[in-house]
Amino acid sequence: MSPKGRTICQEGDSVRILCFAHLGEQIGSPTLELELGPMTVAAFVEEFRSRYPYARLDQVMIAVNEQFVEEDHLIEAKDTVALLPPVSGG
Amino acid sequence: MSSNLFVITDQPIRPEEVSDKVKRREAGAITLFLGTVRELTYGKRTLYLEYEAYPTMAVKQFEMIGKEVRERWPDTLVAVTHRVGRLEISDIAVVIAVSSPHRKAAYEANEYVIERIKQIVPIWKKEYGEDGSEWIGDQLNQKTYPEGWPLLEDIPKNDLNHEDE
Repeated sequence: MSPKGRTICQEGDSVRILCFAHLGEQIGSPTLELELGPMTVAAFVEEFRSRYPYARLDQVMIAVNEQFVEEDHLIEAKDTVALLPPVSGG
Repeated sequence: MSSNLFVITDQPIRPEEVSDKVKRREAGAITLFLGTVRELTYGKRTLYLEYEAYPTMAVKQFEMIGKEVRERWPDTLVAVTHRVGRLEISDIAVVIAVSSPHRKAAYEANEYVIERIKQIVPIWKKEYGEDGSEWIGDQLNQKTYPEGWPLLEDIPKNDLNHEDE
């Protein structure tokens, strides 16, 4: 995989991205569909950062298909990737 | 356990509906915690709050917390309802009910649940004050995250998904 994790995608290979709290506002939409090849969470964050440099990603945690994952987890087509700023429920 | 022990709702919460879910013959105690919207935080006035959640994941995280509670305090039963949307001062944002044969476990487990909600449940609040609005993260900056993301040291290892699904 290239450092950015870019590969050639087939039709329908998109990853669904959910942006919560301030990120939804900074991106301008709470959900995105991006055509991304399989890539690690770390590569995904770099890719996202380069596409949306104005999005504040410090302290953001990543969940894939509703589970917190580590940096080396592999994101695949049709996954749902959630960008979760520090939570403040309760 | 029935999944409606854990609920995200945009409607006002009735505490008794939550405590009724954990009522059972073996229980000698039910603790009920109500988290309400506070007007003043260190002198700063809040006009109202807006809560946002990732509802499906939030319910899964509540279920995980319920499981953690049963491991630590056997024979407890937990129910949580969290509200989202706009909340006014003194509105109830969250209700936690824990039942147990004896009161000590019910008190301790209830506090554990609110602490864990503030760590691992994807819910966020936006504060609207006299000077505008801001998303609240990492409440009251009690924690700092020098490493930046991801903050996985705050999450028990078994919360992490290592499966390739």
